[in-house]
Amino acid sequence: MIRHLLSGGDVDADTATLILDTATEMATVAGREVKKLPALRGRTVVNLFYEDSTRTRISFEAAAKRLSADVINFSAKGSSVAKGESLKDTALTLQAMGADAVVVRHPASGAPHRLANWVDGSVVNAGDGTHEHPTQALLDAYTMRSRLGRLAGLHVAVVGDVLHSRVARSNVLLLSTLGAKVTLVGPPTLIPVDIAQALAPGIGVSYDLDAVLPNVDVVMMLRVQRERMNDSYFPSAREYARRYGLDVPRMRRLPEHAIVMHPGPMNRGMEIAPEVADSPRSTIVEQVANGVSVRMAVLYLLLGGNNL
Amino acid sequence: MAYPPAAPASPPRQPSVKVILAAADVSRVVDRIAHQILEKTQGAADTVLLGIPTRGVPLAKRLADRISTFEDVAVGVGVLDITLYRDDLRRHATRAVGPTQLPAGGIDGKRIVLVDDVLFSGRTVRAALDALSDVGRPACVQLAVLVDRGHRQLPIRADYVGKNIPTALAENVKVTLVETDGSDEVRLYGGQL
Repeated sequence: MIRHLLSGGDVDADTATLILDTATEMATVAGREVKKLPALRGRTVVNLFYEDSTRTRISFEAAAKRLSADVINFSAKGSSVAKGESLKDTALTLQAMGADAVVVRHPASGAPHRLANWVDGSVVNAGDGTHEHPTQALLDAYTMRSRLGRLAGLHVAVVGDVLHSRVARSNVLLLSTLGAKVTLVGPPTLIPVDIAQALAPGIGVSYDLDAVLPNVDVVMMLRVQRERMNDSYFPSAREYARRYGLDVPRMRRLPEHAIVMHPGPMNRGMEIAPEVADSPRSTIVEQVANGVSVRMAVLYLLLGGNNL
Repeated sequence: MAYPPAAPASPPRQPSVKVILAAADVSRVVDRIAHQILEKTQGAADTVLLGIPTRGVPLAKRLADRISTFEDVAVGVGVLDITLYRDDLRRHATRAVGPTQLPAGGIDGKRIVLVDDVLFSGRTVRAALDALSDVGRPACVQLAVLVDRGHRQLPIRADYVGKNIPTALAENVKVTLVETDGSDEVRLYGGQL
């Protein structure tokens, strides 16, 4: 088993399948009266969040608590980081406090990789800049597998702002490891073709959403990151929604069994129409529930044994 | 300071294998336990058999099978995975978690018979009791094992024992079943010839 989870490419097909299988068992805990397992009793998990996040932080916190680990939440606001402490000094502080795992979100791409060299415990990347978000990719894969029964041979369209999306990067890596075919769809300004092909040879690229939709099993909509949109990647929000937003007529072009995913938070009416987001094809709420199970599996597999 | 070197092992001991129960014995023992369960549970009313992986699971199924043949009652059968409740999780590489399957009626208020192949230290049963209390509240819990080899480390005893085998700690009891290993047999490894 791996020691850190920093990238969707860190896991090979066997490890990824083990994580998904473990998550299936963890999911049964959610339906029980006592939603707790003693597996990580006495272990300490630190949530180190330098960026705002609700669902990921709460999801990791719930996962660690369901496994009986002690959870320490650290957000940059109102902490010594606001006084100018460096990431390394913060890491050494956590180390001194005996953190067994550090779950880190950071605006700088690569920060978790640096952190992994400074602490003895496991590091889990919960999103770094525009780089990676591996547990999101795992929960997306888990959701696809539970809805469609398999991953190998699936055709997944990842639609939208691929350039800035850590979710897209991790998904491309993980899904190609697991044998799914990925096609990136979006305006040319937001699709880094070279990077995509370096990540996964054989990846598809298209600038025409309507042409891709009839041939996919999964369509994954990415959030338009308005905070990163100062550089005019597309002429206007309305034009983006017209060309790349998933509305009801577009949803009808999908095959009967296809599902619609979104990592959240959504801009309703921008990349996804409200009717689509609330339709039975949408797995958006399921993805959140699956996130806890998958993160439980990751924490258990990283911390459960003596493999530190 | 280092330990003094171990004395050279004088004549190399022959590893011995002794068959304790052959296939026919195993099936007779299972039949007897099934009868005992029927006797002690007033005809297996409200009784659920939960197998502890790996070999407790097929054993529980066989017992349920025999019970329904003898008395024409259907007993619930399930699987109780105890991986996450073990007390030695941190002494080994991470173990894979298996499924826990409870029968449709659940286990609340039922009489539970835990089924395992070998009773040794009692730690597996301790973990099973913890796991059980997290999935429901049975009326009572009993324990059925194919083999009791002694050397308990916890205050636990079985209600139904297929065969008591007095063993030395260094010896090894190995149960094989058709469902998991291709043949029914109980063997004792490393005993004196």
